[in-house]
Amino acid sequence: MSHTGAPSSPVSRNLERFPERHPPLDSQSALAEANRCLFCFDAPCTAACPTHIDVPRFIKKISTGNLRGSASTILDANILGLSCSRVCPVDVLCEGSCVMQRYNKKPIEIGRLQRHAMEYFYDHPAGGIKVSKPAAGAGRVACIGGGPASLACAAELCRQGYAATVFDNRPLPGGLNTYGVAEYKLRAADSLREVEMVRSLGVEFRHAAVGKDLPLADLEGDFSFIFLGLGLGSMERLGIPGEDALGVVDALRFIERYKTQPGFEVGRRVAVIGGGNTAIDAANAAVRLGALEVHLFYRRTEREMPAFSSEYDHSKVEGVRFHWLAQPVQVLATDGQVVGLKFVRTQLGEPDASGRRNTVPVPKSHFDFACDMIVPALGQSRLAAMLSSTRGIELKFGSIVVDRATGRTTNPQYFAGGDCVNGGREVVDAVADGKRAALAIADALRAEAAEGAESHG
Amino acid sequence: MADLTTRFAGIGCPNPFWLASGPPTNCGEQVMRAFDAGWGGAVWKTLGDPIVNVSSRYSSVDWNGQRMMGLNNIELITDRPLEVNLREIAEVKKRYPRHAVVASLMVESKRETWHEIVKRCEGAGADGLELNFGCPHGMSERGMGSAVGQVPEYSRMITEWVKEVARTPVLVKLTPNITDIRMAARAARKGGADGLSAINTINSITGIDLDTFTPRPNVGGKSSHGGYCGPAVKPIALYHVRQIASDPEVGLPISGIGGIAGWREAAEFILLGCGTVQVCTAAMHYGYRIVEDMIDGLSNWMDEKGFRTVDDFRGLSLPKTTEWKHLDLNYKIVARIHEDKCIGCDLCYIACWDGAHQCIHRAGYARPADVEAATKARLTVTPIGKLDSPAHTNSKTPPERIPHVDEAECVGCNLCWLVCPVEGCITMEQVDTGRPGESWEQRTAEAAKRL
Repeated sequence: MSHTGAPSSPVSRNLERFPERHPPLDSQSALAEANRCLFCFDAPCTAACPTHIDVPRFIKKISTGNLRGSASTILDANILGLSCSRVCPVDVLCEGSCVMQRYNKKPIEIGRLQRHAMEYFYDHPAGGIKVSKPAAGAGRVACIGGGPASLACAAELCRQGYAATVFDNRPLPGGLNTYGVAEYKLRAADSLREVEMVRSLGVEFRHAAVGKDLPLADLEGDFSFIFLGLGLGSMERLGIPGEDALGVVDALRFIERYKTQPGFEVGRRVAVIGGGNTAIDAANAAVRLGALEVHLFYRRTEREMPAFSSEYDHSKVEGVRFHWLAQPVQVLATDGQVVGLKFVRTQLGEPDASGRRNTVPVPKSHFDFACDMIVPALGQSRLAAMLSSTRGIELKFGSIVVDRATGRTTNPQYFAGGDCVNGGREVVDAVADGKRAALAIADALRAEAAEGAESHG
Repeated sequence: MADLTTRFAGIGCPNPFWLASGPPTNCGEQVMRAFDAGWGGAVWKTLGDPIVNVSSRYSSVDWNGQRMMGLNNIELITDRPLEVNLREIAEVKKRYPRHAVVASLMVESKRETWHEIVKRCEGAGADGLELNFGCPHGMSERGMGSAVGQVPEYSRMITEWVKEVARTPVLVKLTPNITDIRMAARAARKGGADGLSAINTINSITGIDLDTFTPRPNVGGKSSHGGYCGPAVKPIALYHVRQIASDPEVGLPISGIGGIAGWREAAEFILLGCGTVQVCTAAMHYGYRIVEDMIDGLSNWMDEKGFRTVDDFRGLSLPKTTEWKHLDLNYKIVARIHEDKCIGCDLCYIACWDGAHQCIHRAGYARPADVEAATKARLTVTPIGKLDSPAHTNSKTPPERIPHVDEAECVGCNLCWLVCPVEGCITMEQVDTGRPGESWEQRTAEAAKRL
């Protein structure tokens, strides 16, 4: 389904429709929570964070009332500290590794404390991030894609004293942080606040569809290095008859529209297809947007479902109904408009290469399910298409092959990070990739400058 | 069953828990409610020429999210007319004949003035007198309170004046704001005092408002030093109590004061020789009701230990408090980390490295900076739900986070045990040095003999 109407700005009505799942801490509660932290040495929470935020240090600073310093500690490690504080699956990251759990106590609420410090930072806009002045004639870097990986890469390059330009093909920058995160976790407006902060560091933003209007080859001459933070492609299709009927809208489009298109309306009876975190986000949103019934269908069972348990639990509370071992085989439509789905029952077979058990259709087990909206959430396609034949960049299973520690691709002018490398993980993973690449690029630029100086000297 | 009935310097009371002179004993209505709650005695808010107070009067030190670890005040003695206070003392005594009512006194340093107030208080029915030679703020500027307590000759002189007319026991309340509290205690003894109260508050400035630069409490943009009390001062109070309790030249009953908030602190003061204890800050913080657990807790503890009366355990810790030179140089303990209890916070590791003797190690004997650098260099990714870590669990401490002690290098300083957040995870255990006990005094004496 194509775009109808230009996504304009965050939808303000969403403030009421999507009350926050984890409301902010007030100062007194933040202080009490901060004081619970043991201030571990070589803390497991820091180790568990892909960006290695020095968690005990920023929490200690909250407890001393040094909120500005706390925010700087976070931003030093992770420039998107605000969105990460909202969207990180903390129970499998920092909070999941908190030693308090072995102490028969609740883990420290690291995510909410981080948010407390970050909101102080954004509410008291008096600097706080040190940026080195770009050296005259220093190299310029292009970051392709406007999402977390590119933002982190560009911001770090500015802090290191290099000019960075972000090329984004969407009207609003921020990538999935702006368009693809459930509203009760992160509001589009907050993502844009972060983008503005990155812009204020000196990052230049350009609206262009690189690879279409602007070939990569053209950028190679203007920029010393190119960072690819492309994310993933469009969502996988169901691959069944009737899929193009009105009322079939994939999960990312669905989320993007309710976040940015004020007139967007949800169906009355919604079927979400898939068992991942995005499926859960879409299902929860459908409930919040006023659907009478929201049903989620997954072809395996609860045990195999890839969504985080906390997300699944939350969704049950929201009222989403779950159906296991069911696979859609046909979209039922009347006059081009969705009226239902035909399913076949499945049963679990042998484990496949990924270790998950495959599914086999049960003969003669078809059933129809009436609905007026279908939201497939089967994961995003890899971006192989854009790059497959270009620039000597090696791909594997549709993902860009890089040296993990530096993000360097098989073409030495190109670096890459985020979903287009890891196949689709969390915001914090993209930020970590972007920052690591920036540091490696800065090293490379320094080395080039040193060589240049030698040859001139 | 423990019997808490107490007789202190000739004053009888149902238990050794007295309210100290201060805001909780400001008037008769309060003191009677306190007795109803269970307090065994009360030292009345200091009587004298009524004063004028300022506002505000208190400031405190909060610690780690807890309010009032230490409290500071610049309030002066009673601001109520003497006649009113005396009338109320008489009424309290009439209604509560078994409870101790002690009048705290502070007047100008004139013999006749002291004589007069002593007679009037005793006339009202006070069971005893406590001479306030300790208040360190305001009154001291007028030659009273700690201005008296800091000069042993003055303390002795005024005590003598009081004893010339007093028929009830006379307690002298000592200030800790002095180089050696034993001098003040001996002076009180020489003046004829029947008992001592220690300690009064400690000179303090609790803190400064970092926006206005005015110390707290703020009185119209200025502040003044005050007297410090509350949980923070208990160790200082215990030290002073031990000093006077172990001085053979003093030999007087002691009413212990300073940071007592529950039965545990009370037991500690009694173990160092006190006959009663006095409480103020804790009652100001939580109300008179705290005495219930003080009575209950102390009784249960006494039953457990087989003590029938307070006197059965009073002073038991005095012989165990000695000078450093008598401590055994050959006694040796080392830290043991119990792996099954370790939660992997590694506070003992960093405390030992930075604050002690570098004998607690992580795997590979890495130095702290190297440990942290290795972690920061590690590539970490978010596990994708059930795909990456089907059995994601944090219930067991990873072995590499459990530190171990190099016992040969451990000096037995206790620091790791003190910082460990888990009860029983680190224990300090005695090791046999194979050498007989020997103190520094003995060792130097032996060395001198050999010379």
